[in-house]
Amino acid sequence: MTAVLGAFALFCAANVVAALWRVLRGPTAADRLLAPQLFGTTGIAVLLLLAEALGAPSLRDVAVVLALLALVTAAAFALRVAGSSARGEPEP
Amino acid sequence: MTAGLALDVLLAVALPLVGLAAVLRRDLVQSVMLLFSLGVLLAIAWARLGAPDIAMVEAALGAGVTGVLFLSALARVGPDDAAPRAASVRVALAALAAAAVAPVALAVEALPRAFEGLGREVLARVPETGATHPVTSVLLDFRGYDTLLEIAVLLLAVLGAWAARGGAPSPRPPAPGPILTAAVRLLLPLMVVVAGVLLWVGSSAPGGAFQAGTVLGTTLVLATLSGGVALPRVPPWVVRSMLALGFAVFLAVAGATAASGRALLRYPGAHAAGLLLAIEAALTISIAVVVWALFERDPEERRAEGEAGGREGEAA
Amino acid sequence: MTALDWMALPFLAASAFFFLAGTVGLLRFPDLFTRLHALAKADNLGLGLAVVGLAIRSGSAAVAVKLVLTWLLALVASSTSCHLIARGARREGVEPVRGRR
Repeated sequence: MTAVLGAFALFCAANVVAALWRVLRGPTAADRLLAPQLFGTTGIAVLLLLAEALGAPSLRDVAVVLALLALVTAAAFALRVAGSSARGEPEP
Repeated sequence: MTAGLALDVLLAVALPLVGLAAVLRRDLVQSVMLLFSLGVLLAIAWARLGAPDIAMVEAALGAGVTGVLFLSALARVGPDDAAPRAASVRVALAALAAAAVAPVALAVEALPRAFEGLGREVLARVPETGATHPVTSVLLDFRGYDTLLEIAVLLLAVLGAWAARGGAPSPRPPAPGPILTAAVRLLLPLMVVVAGVLLWVGSSAPGGAFQAGTVLGTTLVLATLSGGVALPRVPPWVVRSMLALGFAVFLAVAGATAASGRALLRYPGAHAAGLLLAIEAALTISIAVVVWALFERDPEERRAEGEAGGREGEAA
Repeated sequence: MTALDWMALPFLAASAFFFLAGTVGLLRFPDLFTRLHALAKADNLGLGLAVVGLAIRSGSAAVAVKLVLTWLLALVASSTSCHLIARGARREGVEPVRGRR
């Protein structure tokens, strides 16, 4: 069974690498942000799989941390980057 | 386990390539997103290497804080292409990087294959420290002096960041909107609780001050990003005290151990666990505020500008 | 392979399918908003089914609860993130593709 879990983890990691193509391709900044979103979720999956396959329960805690902080990058994009080019210089 | 080996190969190939791409791409948004991806891949790599503590910090920093810091900086600079450097400069920088890495690579290669390091000795003496988790023992006891200096370095980093940033105000964000506000209101208490749990279990399981501090710091950043939701307004001196707290407490304990005639940072056996927890708690607060301070400017500056009644108040 | 392993296997297989669908959608769909849609499938169903499979295999209620809570957290974070990304994109003037490509 560990082989199955390992294969799944490998598959997810391959997904991550495949999604990198979207980061490079774009075309908009938002598109480039999509891939990291997928990485976050896939990363959580990989960590949970590895926790089971390697017998390392602390990796589940790492997955929790990743899940908790997944939001902050998108928030930074939406509230700081997006629209800033339209806004121009920050108001004093 | 061939699937494991394949995963390792995939990581080993992808990591340097993603790193290279992050540096070489012209579009800065791409670079930031590639760095984020690098963070997630690194966290997985650390997990594969059996280092859940570092994986946790990498997840919190690489896949959390650094993305936010870079995106905020981008917002100020503008997402245009970075000014291309002259080829000679690029070659010089590459040569410098290679010169820095080459000795390390050679040293690692020269290690005897059956090199065990101090692992066995450390594990044998972990019970003497106030913690049962070997990583915590090493960080706060055996190599406590290094950690003390690291905290000092973090403080210096904040001072440098604040000085470099000056009084430039953060760009005024659009109103956060109901969904983000609701999500933040839901997540913030959870994040604080998780940070507390990470701090508490740090003595016996992966966790501890750095992990708890970065989670808590990202919590503060998230709250600030979404318009100061649920953030109390504190006067600047409170912020500065919290920044200094970790270093101060650690230094005080170090001074006390030295003054009482023992070796520096050799904790008295009976109190070791309590002292470690106190130090870690102080460090957690300081690290959290350090993370936040790298993101926001010195609150003293904002107060000096008379903006005290501004963003924090209106969105709260 | 134990009985628990066999019970978990279909969930893991289904999860892999949805992750694959998410990635394929991310790479092949014509515009940002449809890609977001594909992404959400991976987040919700991909991770959810994986969590169910792993929870079954773990055989421990505590682990199962932890896994489900992680999934719920990821749901909240990812749905808010997708909303934020779409909102940011609209602010940047990104328009959805209409009609057939």
